[in-house]
Formats: sequence, C-alpha cells, structure tokens
Amino acid sequence: MSTSASPIAGSTSIRGDVPAVEVHDLTKVFRRRDKRAGRFVRRKRMPALKNVSFTIERGECVAILGQNGSGKSTLVRLLSTLLLDDGGEARIFGYDAFRETRAIRRLVNRVSVEASFFKKMSARENLSYAARFYGMPPSVTRREIPAILEKVGFPSDRQGEPMENLSRGMQQKVALARALLTSPVLLLLDEPTTGLDPRSKLEVQEFIKDVRASHDATILLCTHDMAEAESLADRVGLLDRGELLFLEPVADVKRRYGVETLEQAFFAATGRVFEAEHNDEDDEYREVFA
Amino acid sequence: MTAAAAALRRELIGLGGIVERNIYLTKRYFLWDVAFMVWTIANTLTIVFIARAVHVSPARENVLATQLLVGAVIWAFLGIIFEFLTETVAWERWEGTIEYTFMAPLSRSMHLGGMGVFAVLYGMIRATILFFVVAAFIGIHMPDANYGAALALLTIASISFIGVGMMTSVLPLISPEKGAQLGFVAQGLMLVVSGVYYPVTVMPHWMQWVAKVSPATYALRGIRASIVHGAGVAWADVWPLLVIAVAAIPLGLAIFNRGERYAKQHGKLKRSG
Repeated sequence: MSTSASPIAGSTSIRGDVPAVEVHDLTKVFRRRDKRAGRFVRRKRMPALKNVSFTIERGECVAILGQNGSGKSTLVRLLSTLLLDDGGEARIFGYDAFRETRAIRRLVNRVSVEASFFKKMSARENLSYAARFYGMPPSVTRREIPAILEKVGFPSDRQGEPMENLSRGMQQKVALARALLTSPVLLLLDEPTTGLDPRSKLEVQEFIKDVRASHDATILLCTHDMAEAESLADRVGLLDRGELLFLEPVADVKRRYGVETLEQAFFAATGRVFEAEHNDEDDEYREVFA
Repeated sequence: MTAAAAALRRELIGLGGIVERNIYLTKRYFLWDVAFMVWTIANTLTIVFIARAVHVSPARENVLATQLLVGAVIWAFLGIIFEFLTETVAWERWEGTIEYTFMAPLSRSMHLGGMGVFAVLYGMIRATILFFVVAAFIGIHMPDANYGAALALLTIASISFIGVGMMTSVLPLISPEKGAQLGFVAQGLMLVVSGVYYPVTVMPHWMQWVAKVSPATYALRGIRASIVHGAGVAWADVWPLLVIAVAAIPLGLAIFNRGERYAKQHGKLKRSG
C-alpha cells in the first residue's frame, strides 16, 4: 500500500491504492412539514439522494449535472461531513465520510455558489482565519495568502478591503483561494460560477483548469451549466431528483443516447427539457435541497 | 515533534484563529461596541442609583451601591460570555460561513474554547471599564477593595461560565429561529437564582437549592467580599467553582456534539437564505 500526504493533510495519510471517492447506495432523506396536512403537524419524507453509487479516481475531474433541487448540494454536503447519511456509504481516500470525519476534513475543501465570508473582514483576514483551522500559523499565512491571491488574479491593492465592497466575481476568486490555500486533495465545487458575469465565469473556469494541471487534486464539480461540465470534466454524471442516471465521458453519453448535445441527452434520459420545467413539486424539492 | 504535539499545536493554532477573527470583527464594529458600552453604563447606573434612594447611613448606602454595582457588572460580564458562545452558530449562519467552519479539521472543544477565551478577555475589559466608570459617576468609595482577588475569582468562575455557555450555544444549531433567545433565557435564570442584586437567602427555599449549582452564586459572593471587605480568594468559593467547571465543560461539549449530530442528520447545519 503506497501512501503520501499533502502539507496540510498533516497526520492524515493518503492511500494510493484506493479511489479518491467511493460512493455506494448513498441515500439521504429529509423530513419536512407537510403543508397540506392542515393544522396537524405531519412530516413528509423527501428523498434527496436515492441509492447513488459512483467512483472517482485520484486526479480525475468529474462533473455532476442537475437542475436546482436535483440533490447536487446534498451530495457535496454529505462528502463535506456536513450531513449524515440515511443509508449506503461514502469513502474519501478510503476514509469513511461519516465516521472518520477528522481525517477527511484535512483532505477536503470546497467552493460553493455563495462565496460566504465575514463581510466586514478583508480578503486577507478571511483567508487568514480560515487557514488557522487547518493549522497554518501566521508565519506561513503571511507568505502564502498574498501569493495565492495573486495567483487567482486578485488585485494586491484590494487585499485589505472589506469583502462587502467586492464584486461577486472578486469574492468567488477569494473563495477559490481559500479552498486552495489548504492544499486539498479533494476539491468540491458546488456551482462555483453560478451568477457570475461572463468574464468572471471564464476566469474561474480557467483557474480550475490551472488547478487541475498544477495540483494533485481530484475535483468533483456540481453544476447546471452543461458547457462548463463538458469543458472541465473527464466524466459527466446526471443527477435527477436524487437519482444518478449516468456517469461517463461526454462522448459515451452522446453515443449512448444517440444525440449531439448534453441538453439532448438530458431530455432523452428524463423525458423533460433541462431548466424549462416548473411545477409545485419542484418548488418543494428546491426548498428541501437548497 | 511527536504526532501528539503536532496535533495539539494545530489545534491551538485553530483556537488562536477564532480569537484572531473576533479581534478583526471587534475592530470593524468598534463604534457599535462604543454604543453598546454607553448603553450598558446607562443601564448599570439605573440599578446602582437605587442605593441612593434607600434612606440609610452614608456608609451603608456606599456598601449597598457597591453590591449592586458588582451584581450589574457580573450580569454584563456573563451576558458577554453567553452572547459570544450562543452566537457561535448564529453569527456564522448569518454571515454564511457556517459550512466552512464546521467542515474544517478543528475540534469542537477548540472551536468553542476559542470563542470562550475571547469572550472572557473581551468581557473583562468591558467589565473593568464599566465598573470604574459607574463607581466614579456615583462616587462609590472602595478603600478596602482587593481587586486582585476579585479578578482571580472572576477568572476561575469564567471556566464554569464557558461550560454553561457551551450548553446553550447548541440552541441556535437546533432551532435557528429561537435558539439565541433561549440562550439569553438561560443567562437570566442563572442570575436570578444566584443573588445578582440581593442575598440568596431572600429567595424561596427551592431556589436557594438551585443557587448551589450555579457558578454565579460563588462568583458574586466572593467578588462582593473582595470589593467591599477586601477579602482574599476564599477556598469556600473556589472549590465549588472548580467542581462546577470540571462538570460543565465536558457536559457542555457533549451537549453541543449531540446537537451538531442532530443538525447534520436533519440538514440544519447550513447558512441562512
């Protein structure tokens, strides 16, 4: 068995003979108040993930596509140790995602749709605070933070400005810097470019490509942007209402359904048009999985 | 460095990170802090002026004013500790950072411990300012005060206060809407049974029994004795505080971990909005 460790991973050793991510029959069910139950409180079971299984090899970039409420964020939160499962199992570099959380937390970081920072604090202060949780002392962050901010294209004269003064694109760059500062070996990207202007979106996508080329990182990208998935990922999966319908290279997906685009593949797999649908049931799903 | 020493170092750096973040935030919200300080001083004055309205000898009035002042300062100090610990979750949820903090490899004891350490330091600075400003305004004389003993007792009591605060800090995790308010209810109840402005003996018998397990009872009794009579640190006040601290910290952590597990099971460990 071969092992290695990233600088931040510290005491958490990484086995080289296991996949980066192994998910088997993973199930998550939320219980929400049934709005149609009248004055009596009744809880309704809302399955967010239904027996999802897949494997991601080390160094691979996998994109999971899905509409709002499909279960993408639930999957990311389960792998981030922020949720407990209701069945099945998930392993990250061989560690049980629900029982060996301390080991996993040293290996994983994420970027989500919302940049999520202390708004009154500056980019430098936010990164410094986040890095301490991973055991990085001031002597290291004084050197590393300006370097990583420069790398993501963040202007050096704005590093001391409160986050609330920055555009969404700028904030998302700082979010990428925060994730990379801790040298994660698994990077979870949950709609990292949603809501960004076209230029910022392109910059973030370029940076993700750069991370792939220069870091020993495995990437799980959850998105509803099909072009983004196609351009960044080795394999593309489709999560629909908690079920993973497929996970394979884009060319195989197109061949399997005999189509030319991923939008057509979505239609062929679900019988519905991507993003166009809207009904009350979907609203309920969105509320649960947001 | 051994693996255990390296792990401890990482944890302490994480604890330092929590303190560091709160220093940044305090600097950013400095004017809010000044306003809050003015409000606290005004509130304390309304309590301490009661001593002036009681027709007793000037010496007795001075003692009464000092006792009320100590009660009000401890109330304010405890309020800071409970506020910081109870809002460990609420702040992060409001700022949206909760998921990043709770998925970081920092033990919950260091996370909450960092909040507690900052709250104690910040609370002590505020309590000191409050104490001397109100004493000067009212003209309270404390010629025998043993400030060293009072500070020592407050420090020892703080460990128990942090433990109790940890128990209430889980409430916003379980109930995002009502959790923080329930934390303040716990603070109020603790002070009511601890004789914040009156001797414990004036309360009904059952409340006096409850007072025995409240760390504030011993802190108030000991600090009043130090400030009014110049007493030293009495073992009779110290040992109950240590016993309560030894029980409260692990119990607080256990309750928080249980609450965190519940939140993870039910999807409540997430940002607002």
